[in-house]
Amino acid sequence: MQGSTRTVSRKLKLGIAFGLWWPFWMAMHYSVLNNFGFSFAESFVDSVTSNVLLAGICLLIINNMRYYLPGKEKYWYVLAISLALSIIWLLTTRVVLWACFKQDDAYTQSLTRSSNVRFAFGFLMTGCLTMLSLLWYTQKEQQATDELKREAEKLAKDAELFKLRQQLQPHFLFNSLNSISALAGSQPEKARHMIEQLSDFLRGTIKKEEKQLVSLQEEIKYLELYLDIEKVRFGHRLQTTIEVDEQASGRMIPSLILQPVVENAIKFGLYDTMDDVMITIKANITDQGLKISVSNPFDPFTAASVPGTGFGLASIKRRLYLLYGRNNLVEIQKEATIFNTILIIPSFT
Amino acid sequence: MTKAIIIDDEPLARGIVKEYLSNHTDMEVVMECGDGFEGIKAIQQHQPDLIFLDIQMPKINGFEMLELIDKPPAVVFTTAFEEYAIKAFESHAIDYLLKPFSKDRFEKAIQKWRQQSRQEREEATQSLINNPTINPSQQNRVVVKDNGKIRIIPVSQIQYLEAADDYVKIHTADGIFLKNKTMGYFEEALEAQNFIRIHRSYIINVQLITRIDPYEKENHLAILSIGAKLPVSKAGYAKLKQVLGI
Repeated sequence: MQGSTRTVSRKLKLGIAFGLWWPFWMAMHYSVLNNFGFSFAESFVDSVTSNVLLAGICLLIINNMRYYLPGKEKYWYVLAISLALSIIWLLTTRVVLWACFKQDDAYTQSLTRSSNVRFAFGFLMTGCLTMLSLLWYTQKEQQATDELKREAEKLAKDAELFKLRQQLQPHFLFNSLNSISALAGSQPEKARHMIEQLSDFLRGTIKKEEKQLVSLQEEIKYLELYLDIEKVRFGHRLQTTIEVDEQASGRMIPSLILQPVVENAIKFGLYDTMDDVMITIKANITDQGLKISVSNPFDPFTAASVPGTGFGLASIKRRLYLLYGRNNLVEIQKEATIFNTILIIPSFT
Repeated sequence: MTKAIIIDDEPLARGIVKEYLSNHTDMEVVMECGDGFEGIKAIQQHQPDLIFLDIQMPKINGFEMLELIDKPPAVVFTTAFEEYAIKAFESHAIDYLLKPFSKDRFEKAIQKWRQQSRQEREEATQSLINNPTINPSQQNRVVVKDNGKIRIIPVSQIQYLEAADDYVKIHTADGIFLKNKTMGYFEEALEAQNFIRIHRSYIINVQLITRIDPYEKENHLAILSIGAKLPVSKAGYAKLKQVLGI
């Protein structure tokens, strides 16, 4: 809406400029002829005829450009059309003016002699106007294509972000269902509880599609649901600690960004080591923004051979890049047998 | 009494197999294991008739565990989402249960197992683990037994492989390890990882080549940065030329 009103007012301004332009030239034209000693009638009719015709031709050009924009040979086109139209204009004015004042020899003679000047004037006018309207319409066309392109890019970005958020691991889902199936026989109450947790978790996945940003607090709550389910699956082997600074918990972060990182850490920890696995999640504010670190134990000797540890992080990296335009928001640190994944969420405030 | 072992890193997943098995009075769960290492020990100790085996487990996966057992028993795989493996299971007559599975589906697996002869079962397991593409970690690591201990060798640390009767010798900076596989198996499994079979008896890590010298009539010698000099056959030389672009 805003864009279209702006175009309308711009159009109006240009119209007014065009409307004022011609009376000014008419006055100039009149005063020149009058100074040369031609009568009021001659000077007036000459100036009005010439300029009105020329204005008409210019309008024709502008109108024509609206529907047809020359492509490759635009400069030849401008030259050709202004040459042709200024010749037509010159001939027409001469015929009209000659018909009006054919008795006045001095006038008709000067009409012939001034042909060069008149032609130059007409050619300059039409040439400039053709050029201007060409630029104006080309720019408008460019704006339209740019807008289309921007829209297409935004759509593609949204679709990619959506897909990146959607990466729910089928492994997790089927194994959780299997745990529920096992509990249903021996401990139906626990099975019911786990169904509730799993439902809440899945609902979170769906609901958050609408919102790009959630508070860290909210994301942690969602993460805890996930961790509870994983703890039912893996029993005492999986332990977690969450330490969130008070200032940090209110910060906004992209929704569903934390869970895949933690899922990656859990998988890495559980399958690359034999002992109990401690996953530590810490969040605090630094001068770079909100810093979230997720750590898991790993075996430096065999870590290179664990497949799939890279993918989860690659998609997180991509998401953060799409959202913040920076490539350095995911960092990995290894200290002895601890693997640390660090996310930086820049703040805009 | 039929002896069964359940190997799965999730306690509840073991529980459901145990529960379904309890209806079969002729079957006994002699052991439950949470990882492949325990699994190997339990299998050697109890010589079970049937094992229920998960694929994704700590350190070594189900396939790698089977590879490390001299005479692997009949297997029913229990797994959540191993699309790539399912085809292989079917083509090798191995049964699998997709988690979560119903009691009916479980009964069918037991029925199928009962109908097979002992020999059929063992052959099925053997042929599955000889399939170089079945194990998703195969391209990244090799698991071997080293004086009774289990060792995981990342593929990047392998210098070259040498044929030795029924075994393959794996040469690494830490020493030489034996694996009871064929050269053909490794040739296929390591194909994408810069390993080339330069000779009937040798597969080398291409990145370690420093020189290739002519040797005798039509043969060559590959000299590795670790000092080893290995014969290159005519066919091997052609492959090397192609990969190295010479």
